[in-house]
Amino acid sequence: MNRRWTILAATVLVASMTASVVLVSRIAAAYPSSPMEDVLFISSPEFVKRASLGYSGLLADIYWMRVVQYFGRKHARDSMEYKALAPLLDITTTLDPNLIVAYEWGSTFLDQPPPSGAGDDNAAVALIRKGIQNNPDEWHLYFTLAFIQYLGQHDYLGAAKTFEEGSKVPNAHPWMKIMAAKMLTDAGNLETARYMWQNIYNESTDKNLKHNAELHLASLVVDEEIPQLESAVSEFRQRTGYNPSSWRDLIASGLLRAIPRDPTGELYVLRNDGHVVVADLKKLPFINRGKPE
Amino acid sequence: MSRRIWAIAFNTFKEAVRDRILYNLVFFALLLVASAPLLGEISIGVQRVLLINLSLSAISIFGIVISIFVGISLVSKEIERRTLYPVLSRQVGRGEFIIGKYCGLAGTLLVNTAAMTAGFYVELLLMTRSFTRADANILIAIYFLFLQFIVIIGLALLFSSFSSPLLSALFALSMFVAGTFAVDLRAFATMAHGPEGWLARAASYVVPNLASLNVITRVSHDQLIAAGLVGYNTLYTFVYAAAAASGAVLIFSRRDLK
Repeated sequence: MNRRWTILAATVLVASMTASVVLVSRIAAAYPSSPMEDVLFISSPEFVKRASLGYSGLLADIYWMRVVQYFGRKHARDSMEYKALAPLLDITTTLDPNLIVAYEWGSTFLDQPPPSGAGDDNAAVALIRKGIQNNPDEWHLYFTLAFIQYLGQHDYLGAAKTFEEGSKVPNAHPWMKIMAAKMLTDAGNLETARYMWQNIYNESTDKNLKHNAELHLASLVVDEEIPQLESAVSEFRQRTGYNPSSWRDLIASGLLRAIPRDPTGELYVLRNDGHVVVADLKKLPFINRGKPE
Repeated sequence: MSRRIWAIAFNTFKEAVRDRILYNLVFFALLLVASAPLLGEISIGVQRVLLINLSLSAISIFGIVISIFVGISLVSKEIERRTLYPVLSRQVGRGEFIIGKYCGLAGTLLVNTAAMTAGFYVELLLMTRSFTRADANILIAIYFLFLQFIVIIGLALLFSSFSSPLLSALFALSMFVAGTFAVDLRAFATMAHGPEGWLARAASYVVPNLASLNVITRVSHDQLIAAGLVGYNTLYTFVYAAAAASGAVLIFSRRDLK
């Protein structure tokens, strides 16, 4: 009798659990809930810190994971809006003011133009300034701030000042001083940008940061090559009176040696109006020139 | 420590082991093995910080739960099972009984914390492949957590000496929560005037100063903990625990056990 009951109870338990799993997925399909990712149940960083009962470090890590997941999901969908990103980062860095990675990555997430990021320079600057205030001896944070001022806001003077301040921090990398000087002399130059990204690439130990620097370096190559290719097209037009129909026309006329490829290995696209664009913008998200319409 | 106190302490430890208190170590091990690498995967650049925060918070939470829920039942269980009477009839003073129970639970938590610490360091070694000097700093944070447990056990014993287990648990838990706000209470006291100010100041000194005993976040970033803080925290815990134990002994000595 006892054994029979055990078998019956075990069978009902397994069957009920299996049925509930199936039912939950059916219910989810029949009753889609509204997206919750932009909802912050508690928006006050100070309150969250008080409510953590001293476990603020662990809670900061959990919030940081939420930031990464939130950004990753939005980024994967090419979202143009990242409403909860800045408040989530504010809570994360209030819970743990020394979580350097949240300032560095968070400001990058905020600064990059949509869909690569939130495109909110001011929020990025505010976050990184908070980081510097809490961690004045972290030269990386000065670098990140200067970097946003330089590339995001085109505030070359501000960037020069920040590079200069950061170069005085103990153990700061020597090229911080060089960057300060370059900001005052050749800030708008592609070479300056290349120098900076190359240094980030060389310095980074994080594979994601390295990949990001690689993409920026590749984008700079495109920004440099597209004007050269369009100049060749223009030269062809001047000689013949019409636009080339393919790269072969330019090769035949001696203006090009081979069919040009972008740094990702894809062929550049020559449009009928004579403009040159990249084949896949997703592979080169940071280019300023050659964006397909 | 007298032989009688030692005997009660040892029996309390044995009883805790028999009650499967140390089973929480299995949960801790599972938590470390499963969570840390998984959580590291879905985050960026915080694997080590996360492992330290997660492990030390788990040590703290397990320890506080044991301190409260075992602490409140130390006396009441003996009364309920009527095992207290033969003990007290053998020339064991009520004070010795309370101190023995205190030491026994503190010993249980010491063993428990040491085992979790060993597990944490194994996981850290697996993750980082080698130890650095900063890793030794984490031991200070764990020592502070143990000091927290000592304070909480004292409070649980104090409350259980005059109240029911349910209310004692509630009081001890409230004191733990209030203790994390001790600094805010003192800040409030400096801003308030008159009776409110005095009340806030008194409350801030009555509740345990637990905020300074939690340096988990600081050690996760390899920030050094001043030797002065270690000394003051040790002394404070000793004084606070002595006050709580004395209160418990005073109340329990006058309690009518019939």
